[in-house]
Amino acid sequence: MAQNGNQKKGGSFLEKLVALTRKQFFIPIAALTILVLFNLIMDPSFFAITLGTNSNGDPVLSGYLITILNNASELVILAIGMTLVTSASGGQDISVGSAIAIAGSVMLRILVGGPVNPGKIILAFLVACVVAMIFGAFNGVLVAYFKIQPMVATLILFTAGRSIAAWINNNELPIISEPLFGYFGNFIPGVALPTPVFIAIICVIIIMLVLKFTTLGLYTQAVGINPSSSRLNGIDPAKVKLITYIILGLCVAIAGFIKVSRFSTINYSVIAKDIEMDAILAVALGGNSLGGGKFNMASSIMGAYIIQFLTTTLFKFNVVSTALPAYKAVVVIVLVVLSAPVVREKLDSFWKKLSTKKSVKEAA
Amino acid sequence: MAKTVTATPKPSLAKRISNLSDTNLLLIITIAVFFIMYICAIVFLGSGFLKPQTFFNILNENAALIILSCAMSLVMITGGIDISVGAMTALVCMSCAVHLDYKGGSVFTALLIALGIGVAYGLIQGYLVAYLNIQPFIVSLAGMFFAKGATTIVNATQFNVANEEFQALKATRIYVPGMGSNNKLGVYVPAYVEIGVIVALAIVILLFVFLRWTKMGRNFYAVGGNAANASLLGVNVKLTKFTAHMMCSVISSIGGFVYFMHVGSGSPSHASGAEMNAIASSIIGGTMLTGGVGNIIGTLFGVLSLSTIKNIVSALGFDEAWWTNITVAAMLCLFLVIQSVVLKRKSKK
Repeated sequence: MAQNGNQKKGGSFLEKLVALTRKQFFIPIAALTILVLFNLIMDPSFFAITLGTNSNGDPVLSGYLITILNNASELVILAIGMTLVTSASGGQDISVGSAIAIAGSVMLRILVGGPVNPGKIILAFLVACVVAMIFGAFNGVLVAYFKIQPMVATLILFTAGRSIAAWINNNELPIISEPLFGYFGNFIPGVALPTPVFIAIICVIIIMLVLKFTTLGLYTQAVGINPSSSRLNGIDPAKVKLITYIILGLCVAIAGFIKVSRFSTINYSVIAKDIEMDAILAVALGGNSLGGGKFNMASSIMGAYIIQFLTTTLFKFNVVSTALPAYKAVVVIVLVVLSAPVVREKLDSFWKKLSTKKSVKEAA
Repeated sequence: MAKTVTATPKPSLAKRISNLSDTNLLLIITIAVFFIMYICAIVFLGSGFLKPQTFFNILNENAALIILSCAMSLVMITGGIDISVGAMTALVCMSCAVHLDYKGGSVFTALLIALGIGVAYGLIQGYLVAYLNIQPFIVSLAGMFFAKGATTIVNATQFNVANEEFQALKATRIYVPGMGSNNKLGVYVPAYVEIGVIVALAIVILLFVFLRWTKMGRNFYAVGGNAANASLLGVNVKLTKFTAHMMCSVISSIGGFVYFMHVGSGSPSHASGAEMNAIASSIIGGTMLTGGVGNIIGTLFGVLSLSTIKNIVSALGFDEAWWTNITVAAMLCLFLVIQSVVLKRKSKK
């Protein structure tokens, strides 16, 4: 019966479906639906949230959903910068993981030794911001002024970054025992939600306001779509690209701050490992073109949360952390294949054939 | 009179340099850099660098890297890139190691497994890049992460291979006639190379011939230089790109096996960062990222330069592991900038 009903509407329903798949929000929402359904079927307790107390007796919320929100924070912040960089330069920065190691290392270098007070934490954070922005500018100059492909230009820092981070602290692993420093990556006493969630939300609000009230978004997209025509319209493409890389540097510093605060220490070869892959994936999952041009920030941010959803789901089903990349790689390939223009055209013509066949059947 | 005599050769030299094709100019820079570096090493760091074995050890250590870099150069000449080669090497090592020790396989079947992995990678990556028009960087990034994950799925821990047949192959040394030196005890030790070096040099020669004198080889340059023009001239662009990725993956799987023969163990951390070294070597060797320019001989010298500078860095006393990475990155950065300048020179002309 249901099939009959579908067939009667036939063409129009399919057409609507095809139109829906073209919407940018389609990919993230479809991915989220699949993940939620999968978890509901396998184990509904995935969605349970409980209010408990931690070892200090403070109330904390726990549950897989909270874990997702918490762990996705760095990724969300990186996705903001990565979206801008992707849009303007048509390539991705693969050095974000290494840059996080550098930013974290700089922070610990300042904090280690002597008492830790709020002023010192702010100083450490600001210095890390400046350092990360300088490294962002280094990438940006290579891309914008020397016209080197973004992913190859950032390959330099990708290789050297963790080594530089180890060098800054003389390969020692400083531990900050002051609990105040740990608040930013864990819980503030009395607040039941982890702090990174708030930091991520603040970053999202700031970037939304910036995009709404400044020309940043417009210029970035203009440069990404056509650098030479935007040049004719009075925008300096090189400058815009450089600015997006510096913004990504700032995002890296904030993400690095959360990362080192979580453990109050650093492990140069492990910190933020493979996060560049997740950040690129977030942009792609948000339905943004990896070749630059138009972007949708909200969609990217949602993409970041979905990646973490996927990671947490995989962890829950006892996938070893070292094997995670293999599963994610499959997701990436499926996504890029589905969003490739060639495949889209083929799918479109396939749908058209299907709907015409059905209408022919109806006529008969 | 004197003025004119000194003045005439100058412009002609400058003209000759500016008339050089990009391939030749970059090749000359690379070879010059290698020789200057090696001579500096001999002069400042003592006679260690004069021993033939020092040079052959560089070859022994880097046979796999030479093969991987040649594979990388192939795709880079067509304007693509493949960063999955390093992780694929680890996957090949682990698969072969597990096959030899736990499944009781022979060296020959292990080699077949390695080639199988290469063909599978080539088919998938080549199809995605050439026929679905997906950015090669994204495709191979996914390939790299897949190989990394797959390696730990095959086996998560490092172990040494005990298979006797394999050990015999691993220990095989080929002595270089007429070369050798006296060791500290005054005993004459002939210089030797491992089998991997012979394989690497054979691949270098084959690829050099392929790129220079075969139709497909010339098509690689045409597609990398300008795909639209090449297509108008009747070159099958998609097939060429597919072939490049296919060759790259298969050759790097051979490189993976050579790496396996050199280290004799399987580990998830094997060849980590090898893709980076391969790209760096290709770039230092004068292969342009933008495609259409490159030379396999240059790539060979790129690997040699890179490993010489690594040796120099550790001989200077910067033993800490991070210095090697930083030096490689700095050298890559330098050569990228040189390329960028060369490109600008070309557009000015």
